Amino acid sequence: MSIISAENINFSYAEKLVMENISFAIDEAQIMAIIGPNGSGKTTLLKIINGTLFPDAGQMLIDGKGTSRWSRKDIAQKVAIVPQETAVIFPFCAEEIVLMGRFPHLSNYRFEDKKDYRIVHEAMEKTDTLTFAARSFDKLSAGERQRVLIARALAQEPKVLLLDESTVFLDLKHQAQFLALLRQLNTAQQLTVIFVTHDINLAAQHADRIILLYSGKIYAIGKPAEVITAANIKKVYDVDSLIDQNPQSGLPRLTLLT
Amino acid sequence: MVENKSKRIYKPIKYLRRNTPIYRRVTLLRVLQISALMILILLIIGAGSLLAGNVHIDFSHVLRYLAKALTGDFSITSQEELILFSVRLPRIIFAGIVGASLSIGGVIFQAILRNPLADPYVLGISGGSALGAIIGILLGASSFYLGVPLLAFVGALATVFLVFVVAGGTRGPLLDNSLLLSGVVVNAFFSAAILFFLSIVNSMELHSITFWLMGDLSRASTKEICLAAFCLIAGFVLLYAQARKLNLIVQGEDTALQLGVNVERTKQRLLIVTSLITAVAVSLAGIIGFVGIMVPHFMRLIFGSDHRLLLPVSVLFGASFLIVADTIARVVFAPAELPVGVITALCGAPYFIFLLKRKAR
Repeated sequence: MSIISAENINFSYAEKLVMENISFAIDEAQIMAIIGPNGSGKTTLLKIINGTLFPDAGQMLIDGKGTSRWSRKDIAQKVAIVPQETAVIFPFCAEEIVLMGRFPHLSNYRFEDKKDYRIVHEAMEKTDTLTFAARSFDKLSAGERQRVLIARALAQEPKVLLLDESTVFLDLKHQAQFLALLRQLNTAQQLTVIFVTHDINLAAQHADRIILLYSGKIYAIGKPAEVITAANIKKVYDVDSLIDQNPQSGLPRLTLLT
Repeated sequence: MVENKSKRIYKPIKYLRRNTPIYRRVTLLRVLQISALMILILLIIGAGSLLAGNVHIDFSHVLRYLAKALTGDFSITSQEELILFSVRLPRIIFAGIVGASLSIGGVIFQAILRNPLADPYVLGISGGSALGAIIGILLGASSFYLGVPLLAFVGALATVFLVFVVAGGTRGPLLDNSLLLSGVVVNAFFSAAILFFLSIVNSMELHSITFWLMGDLSRASTKEICLAAFCLIAGFVLLYAQARKLNLIVQGEDTALQLGVNVERTKQRLLIVTSLITAVAVSLAGIIGFVGIMVPHFMRLIFGSDHRLLLPVSVLFGASFLIVADTIARVVFAPAELPVGVITALCGAPYFIFLLKRKAR
């Protein structure tokens, strides 16, 4: 059974249809990329997957159960999302932010115990954020903040990790580190990863399958070589491109022709 | 030369700012330790306030009366005991309860509106309550038991409801900014209505209304004090269960939702409980500004933003703060009394400017 599956989803914001007839299935331990131009509905789709938005028609299923029938806390134990940015109004330090990832696992009056702090420590170690654990979140750079948010999602101990452009602010070293971490979690802990990105080469290199969205519909879905074609890119993004093969991995590689 | 001088003056402030708040993990032990310390401070302040006043009562006498009361003998045999136990003590306790209630209001409203400027006063709850009270006084409700406070309470709750409706209806998501804006608008309307009533009443009523408008902690009866204490304690227990959720809600509704908080339901519960606590306090004590804004801010500067610690320390500090303010109001021009709202505003306004300046930099 697929861990995540969408069945004929329609969704509209203020009467405007932004998702139309979306269907797909993602198996456990798969890495799925979602690509598409601005406004094609990528972030909306992520929100529907983790049940913070509900489809107007059709069903979004996690473990075969519709998102509207899950409690918020139960979904949060299974699915974590790394958002693009978080605005912080009151001062919290990095560790406190990561600690919030433990929320779905704790009851109301309980304080975090040793186990929670160990999980938080590991998450921060993996994302290279321990050095500024005690610093105020709003004083960190964009890349550091993004890594803290990744650590928070890891502290949730999810089965499914959703990433919304989570590498844009990362420098090369931390990008490589993060991608290696994803690979490792994917193979060692069967973590399912769904990531939204504008970087088509990133999607081609690291995803098992890719969804190409075009104005709220799935234009193409499949293996990187099936989705990343010059014709698809021309139609969806309206740019001319050269698609060849990465000499090392043999996966499609895109170069813009301008 | 002049530049050098100013640099030297600013240095220690800068140093302080860079190094506070020092991050310490919020654990149950730490919450209990800090709360115990704050309770101790509260008791010391309370005791100090008990000694202060127009009539001088010797410290040794106070100790003797307290010892007598502790043995279970509550009979009042001297004028000093009368002043201590039926004038000063109830007033001190009441000041503490009101300070705590307003501070809770500030903490919760600031968190759910994600706006550091929110408090019961800004949201119009105090204004609505005042309007209810004034109408009550004008209609002669003061001759009934709990008449004026009851109307003030109705005014406060009606305001909460009105603010909600103006902000976008009782259904659907509550947008934080629209709630605050509609609070400001409703508050402005009430101020006008209050001014209108003030300009048409006779001078006897005017005096009692004015005192109410500026906060008056001397009129509450023992029963009313017990009522306010019950609301405060029950409300606090309910709110404390939501403290961790408040930390997440402060991060933004999307974040809270995805981390497992049922945001709409939580917000509604918080609003109802908080409105009740503050409405009770305001309806009995009148309008006391700035406590709700100042106390949570000040506590956040020292203890950080985790609501599991912020909530109890704000309650205890708010209580201490208002006791001090009320003691000053009682003592400075004794035997005449200042309205306590004057003292809180005199401390609060400069602090507010300091906060804004600090933010701008």
